[in-house]
Amino acid sequence: MDYILGQYNYWVVIVLMMMGFYIVIAHNNLVQKLIGLNIFQVSVFILYISLSYLKGGTAPIYSEAYTAYTSPLPHVLILTAIVVGIATTALGLALVVRIHKAYGSIEEDQIHKMDQDT
Amino acid sequence: MSTSHLLILQVVIPLIVAPLCILIRKQSLVWYVVLAVSWGTLYSAYRLLIRVLADGEIVYFLGGWAAPWGIEYRLDILNAFVLMIVASIGAIVITFAKCSIIKEVSEDRVYLFYTAYLLNLTGLYGVVVTGDVFNLFVFIEISSLSSYAMISLGRERQALMAAYRYLILGTIGATFFLIGIGFLYAMTGTLNIADLRVRIPDLENTRTIITALAFLTVGISLKFALFPLHGWLPNAYTYAPSVVSAFLASTTTKVFIYVLLRILFTIFGATFVFDVLTLDRIFLVSALLAIFSGSIAAIYQTNVKRMLAWSSIAQIGYMILGISLVSVTGLLAGIVHLFNHAIMKAALFMCMGCIFYRFNSVKLEDLKGVGRYMPWTMAAFIIAGLSLIGIPLTVGFISKWYLIMAALERDWWWLAFAILAGSLLAVVYIWRVVEVTCFQTAADQPEDKKIRMKEAPLSMLIPLWILIIANIYFGVNTELTVDVARQSAEWLLGMK
Repeated sequence: MDYILGQYNYWVVIVLMMMGFYIVIAHNNLVQKLIGLNIFQVSVFILYISLSYLKGGTAPIYSEAYTAYTSPLPHVLILTAIVVGIATTALGLALVVRIHKAYGSIEEDQIHKMDQDT
Repeated sequence: MSTSHLLILQVVIPLIVAPLCILIRKQSLVWYVVLAVSWGTLYSAYRLLIRVLADGEIVYFLGGWAAPWGIEYRLDILNAFVLMIVASIGAIVITFAKCSIIKEVSEDRVYLFYTAYLLNLTGLYGVVVTGDVFNLFVFIEISSLSSYAMISLGRERQALMAAYRYLILGTIGATFFLIGIGFLYAMTGTLNIADLRVRIPDLENTRTIITALAFLTVGISLKFALFPLHGWLPNAYTYAPSVVSAFLASTTTKVFIYVLLRILFTIFGATFVFDVLTLDRIFLVSALLAIFSGSIAAIYQTNVKRMLAWSSIAQIGYMILGISLVSVTGLLAGIVHLFNHAIMKAALFMCMGCIFYRFNSVKLEDLKGVGRYMPWTMAAFIIAGLSLIGIPLTVGFISKWYLIMAALERDWWWLAFAILAGSLLAVVYIWRVVEVTCFQTAADQPEDKKIRMKEAPLSMLIPLWILIIANIYFGVNTELTVDVARQSAEWLLGMK
């Protein structure tokens, strides 16, 4: 039991990761796929942030009162990764807008069928 | 100015010029600016390579913060060589691009192509020179995002879907890579490649390190389209403008294979990866499947660009095959093929650019008798095609030769035969194109269409023929490429 509850943050990460991955693979709608991709990425962000957590640790500002500090580096890394994620989502959505203009649909199977026909 | 500053300038200059291109907007002017950047960075890549060959590694600390706390850029013989490949292909492709891109991209978007190209160049240079794994991830994403944008510039609407699909798969690959970096950081507390190399041996048998290796390998394999993770590649190269296909096919995959080499050999070390985990067997199977499925699929294509894309998947198989043999000769073959495949595939895609420029199509059925109107282009296609097959006196032969030598070193005769069989399949698909274009005659064309049918303009032919001459020159005079590849291979295997 302790094994499960004691590391609940990692379980959350795994559940989110699988959810996101499943949506990317299984869903047909291009926007839904991007949402799935986002959930997938966010799970990794949570993984990084929970890695840096230290029980009883405080922000890394030096003071006599504290002895344990959490590492700020993963947070910084994830800020960068979030920016990358935003850029990816923005580009993906822009592509979906263009696809909608060109095909009149954002359902993958319909688009695939239109490409087969021509 | 000391040469080590060139290391950072290599990355920063394209990055700064990219937004300037958006401000300039005027396409003829933008082309000159991008041309200057491309050839300028080629010169600095050349200077860096010479310096590395003479004095060994160059290290540059960003902002003066010493590694492992700060980010360092580190150039050794392997990445100096890859840097040279990217820079020279970039310079030649962009010289070629001027006419080709106007034909294949709508006019108001041409400056956006150049912007995306420069960002891609920044990303690729960054990936090659950086010595920090997280920095590596960011540069991988810079280059990938800009390549999605470049692919979506294609005229047909399928280009958009191809770019979307690449975006989804590419992002999954990058996120896998990020997970791997996270695990490495959790175990070692460092992101610096040189530092990781020191710390990992003590932690080798933990499950986290093995999982990290799995995520990093799968993530980067998705990026360079190792079979069976190649799903995004055929459509992306088919529907992208020819210039973009030529550039991406000959640089992106090479750079990501370089990243794989770094992960396997520098970070984890060959003994752990290949002797303990026996990852080489997986790579061997995957490479052979890539060679055969890629070549066979190429035979059945009716669109020449798609055929070349499938052939790229097969050629990536040869590079990975070389790596999976884990010997100096095998690695040498893999590394030298990075360069050789880059110059031949860029030339082949550029031929398609020339043909599209005059004929508005690269479908085989429309190309009957093209050779009569465009002898120089088709001659280039044939020489590059022979090089792809691996005929002596071309660069392709050099790669195949060392690959077969490496197979024979292990007494794997069957593998040598498999490599030869793969070459025979290449004969089939190259011959199909040559037969249709040179030996079949087209049905009568209307007069007005005939006027347009002539040789491609010189501004396209000259860069194309520079590559063709390089194909022959480096096939005859192998001293430089093979020597550099041998030194890198020995260095990767820790023999120096």
